[in-house]
Amino acid sequence: METGFDITAAWALILAVAVYIYVVLDGFDLGIGILYPLFPGKRDRDLLMNTVAPVWDGNETWLVLGGGGLFAAFPLAYAILMPAVYPLVIAMLLGLVFRGVAFEFRWKATGPFSNWLWDTAFFGGSFIAAMSQGMILGAILQGIEIADRSYAGGWWDWLTPFTLLCGAAVVCGYMLLGACWLNIKTSGDVQVEARRLARILGIATVGFIVAVSLWTPFLHPEYLGRWFAWPAIAVTAPVPIAVALLIYALARSLTEGESDWRPFLLVLALFLLCFIGLGISMWPWVIPTQLSIWDAATARKSQIFMLVGVLFILPIILGYTAYAYWVFRGKVDPDEGYH
Amino acid sequence: MEVTTFLGLDAVMLARMQFAFTVSFHFLFPAFTIGLASYLAVLNAMYLRSGNDAYLQLFKYWLKIFAITFAMGVVSGIVMAYQFGTNWAVFSDKAGPVIGPLMAYEVLTAFFLEAGFLGIMIFGRDKVGPGLHMFACVMVALGTAISATWILSVNSWMQTPQGFEINENGQFIPLSWLEVIFTPSFPYRLAHTLTAAYLTTAFIVGGVGALHLLRGERDNHGVRTMFSMAMWMAAIVAPIQIFLGDQHGLNTLKHQPVKVMAMEGHFESHPDGAPLILFGIPDQEAGEVKYAVQIPKLSSLILKHDLNAPLDGLDSVPDELEPPVAVVFWAFRIMVGIGFLMLGVGVWSLIARYRHRLYDDHWLHRAALIMGPSGLIAVLAGWFTTEVGRQPYTVYGHLLTQESSSPLEAQAVGISLLAFIVIYSSVFGAGIVYMLKLMNKSPHPGERGLDAEPGPIRTASPIAVGADRKHPNGKRN
Repeated sequence: METGFDITAAWALILAVAVYIYVVLDGFDLGIGILYPLFPGKRDRDLLMNTVAPVWDGNETWLVLGGGGLFAAFPLAYAILMPAVYPLVIAMLLGLVFRGVAFEFRWKATGPFSNWLWDTAFFGGSFIAAMSQGMILGAILQGIEIADRSYAGGWWDWLTPFTLLCGAAVVCGYMLLGACWLNIKTSGDVQVEARRLARILGIATVGFIVAVSLWTPFLHPEYLGRWFAWPAIAVTAPVPIAVALLIYALARSLTEGESDWRPFLLVLALFLLCFIGLGISMWPWVIPTQLSIWDAATARKSQIFMLVGVLFILPIILGYTAYAYWVFRGKVDPDEGYH
Repeated sequence: MEVTTFLGLDAVMLARMQFAFTVSFHFLFPAFTIGLASYLAVLNAMYLRSGNDAYLQLFKYWLKIFAITFAMGVVSGIVMAYQFGTNWAVFSDKAGPVIGPLMAYEVLTAFFLEAGFLGIMIFGRDKVGPGLHMFACVMVALGTAISATWILSVNSWMQTPQGFEINENGQFIPLSWLEVIFTPSFPYRLAHTLTAAYLTTAFIVGGVGALHLLRGERDNHGVRTMFSMAMWMAAIVAPIQIFLGDQHGLNTLKHQPVKVMAMEGHFESHPDGAPLILFGIPDQEAGEVKYAVQIPKLSSLILKHDLNAPLDGLDSVPDELEPPVAVVFWAFRIMVGIGFLMLGVGVWSLIARYRHRLYDDHWLHRAALIMGPSGLIAVLAGWFTTEVGRQPYTVYGHLLTQESSSPLEAQAVGISLLAFIVIYSSVFGAGIVYMLKLMNKSPHPGERGLDAEPGPIRTASPIAVGADRKHPNGKRN
C-alpha cells in the first residue's frame, strides 16, 4: 500500500463488526421465533413476541448494512457471492418477509386459522432465515468457483453436508441466544422454561461449534496450515481454550441463576470467539482461496467517502440504538396490554 | 454460458420482471409511509400545541395503519437491498464503486434512524415524555425523506450519469462525489417523487375521511379534521406537482430525449412543430401511433414553448436503442391523467369550503373516496414511465440492461419470480386487508393506540396505556 494505513483491511473489519452485531441482535429475535413451538400457550407466545417487538426492526437493519456494506466496499465479492448462493438468499429474504409481517399481522388476526397462520409464519420465517444464513456461511467457507469476474459453478453447489451442518449450527446458536434473552426479559414459568432450554441448547451449540471447527480445517489445506502448523498454532490455540473456559462459565451461570444477564453476555462472548476463529480461517480472503479483500475492494475514493460516514455516523447509531433498548428495558409484564 | 429459457423467457427478461415486480410492490409502501410519517409528526405537534384530543385520536388511528405499512415496507425493502447482487451481478460489479457508497449512506443515515426511533414513536409515548416522543416522530419522518433522497440520487445517477471514469475492468470509478450525487435530473426527480408521496398520502387520508362522511359521521371531529387537512393538501400540492412534473419533463427532454419521444409517442421527427398525441395505440413495429387523437403543434409548445419548434422522433434513433413505447406512452398518460383529476378534486374542495359545504357535499366525498388509491396508481405509472423509458440501459448511455445481469439459469430466476409473486400477493394481500379493516372503522374519542390494544406491548411498567390512563411520573417503578 502507498500509505501506512490499509483502508481495505479497515473495511473488512467494519463489515465483520456489522455482521457480528447483526448476528447477536437479530440472532436473539430470530431465535425467539424458532423457540415458538416450544411455548404452545397463546399468552406465552404474546409475551415472547413482546420481548422483541420494539427492537426487531433496528436489529434487522444490521443485515441491510452487512449486505449493503459488502456491495459498497467489495462489489466484486458481492457480485460473485450472490448468484453463487442464489436460492439461499431468496429463501432467507422470503423467510424474513414472513416473520417481519407476522409482528404486525399476528395482532390483527381474528379466528383460529389466521392465528395459526401468523404464528407459523413467525416460526417458519425465522427458521428458514436462520438456516439460510448458516448455509451461506458454510458455502463461503467451503469455497466458490470463479471465472472471469463472475460465479462459474452450478446452482446447487452450495448444498453439501458441511453447509447443512453450518445451517443447523446457526439455528441452534440463535435459539440459545433467544433463550438467554428470554431469561432476561421474562419472569415466572416462562423464565424457568427458558433457562432449562438454554442449558440444553448450550450443550448442543457447543457440540455444533466443535463439529464445525473440526471440519473446517479439512476443507482447504490452507485452513489446516493456519490451525495446526507451528508457529500459527501458538496464536490460534488460545481460541479453543477460551471457548472451553466460556462454556464452563455459561454452564455455571445457567444452573446457579444468580444473574439474568450473565448467560446472554457469555453467549455473546462465545459467538465473538467463533467470529475470531472464522477470521483466522478466512483472512485475507473474502471468497476463500479465490478472491482476497484487496482483489475485491472498491475504488479507493469510494472507500474513503464511506469511511468518513461510518466514523461519524456509526457512533450516533450505536447511541440511539442503545437508548431505544434502555427505554424498553426491564422484564415484560404478561398481563399488560390485555385490559 | 448458454442461453436457457423458462416458460419461453430468457434469464435477463425474467430478472427484469422480477425486479419490476419486487420494486413495484415495495415502492407502494414508502410512497405511503413518507407522507404518513410527516402527517403523524404534524398531528402530534398539533396535539401538543393545542391539547385538542381530536389530533391525538387521529395520531393513534393513523399510527396503527402506519405500523402495518412500515413493516411491509421494511421487509420488501430488504429484498431490494439484495436483488442487485442476486439478479444484477455484472451491474453490481461495474456500478458498485459509484452507487454502493450512496446506498450505504442510505442505510447509515436513514434506515437506522427510522428503525431506531420507530419503537419509541409507536410504543413510547408514556415512557419517554412528550418532548422526546415528538422528537422520535420527527426522526422517523426525517428518516423516510432522507432514504428517498439517497435512493433517488442513485436512480438519477443511473438515468443521467456523470462524475466518473471507466477503468480497465469496465467498472465505473467515481471522480467527483458532488457530481455523482447531484446529477442534472436529481433535484427534479427528488422534488417530483417526494411531492408524489405527500399527494398519495393526502388522497388516502382524504378517501378514508370521505368514506366516514358518506356514512353520516359529519359530526365526528376526527373525521372532519382528516378530510379537511387532506383536501387542503390536495388543493395546494396538486398544482405544485403538475408544475414540478412539467419541469421534470423538460429536464428529461434535455438529458434523455429518447424517453420523451416514447412518452409522447413521437415515432416521426417533426421539423416544423410536433402535435400532442392525446390518445392512440402505439405500434412500435409499424413505427406509428394508430387511431391517434392529436392537437397540432401543441407538443412543441409544451416542450419548447414555441409552436413551430422542430422535435426529433424515434426515427432518429437506432431500433435497438428504442425503449418499449407502448408501456411508456400509456404509463405516462395514466400518471398525468390522475394528476389532473387530483387537481380537480382539490379545486372542488376549495369551492365547497368557500360555500361552507365541505362536510356536506356528498358528490365531493364520493369523488374523494374513488380517488383514495389514485396516488398509488400514479406513483407506479410514473415509475414505469421513467424506468421503462430509460431502457435498454441500466446506466444510461453506458451499460445495457442485456449486459448487466447475473450468470444465472433462466429456471432459477423463473422459479424465484414465481415464489415472489405467490408470497408477495398473499402476504401483502393480507396486510392490505388488515389495513382496510382499520380504515373501515372511524376514529373515535378515546381512540386507543397500539399500546392499549391486544398487541405488541412492552416492558413491565405501570404506564403506557394510552392518554385515558395518565400516570403521574412516566417512569417505571
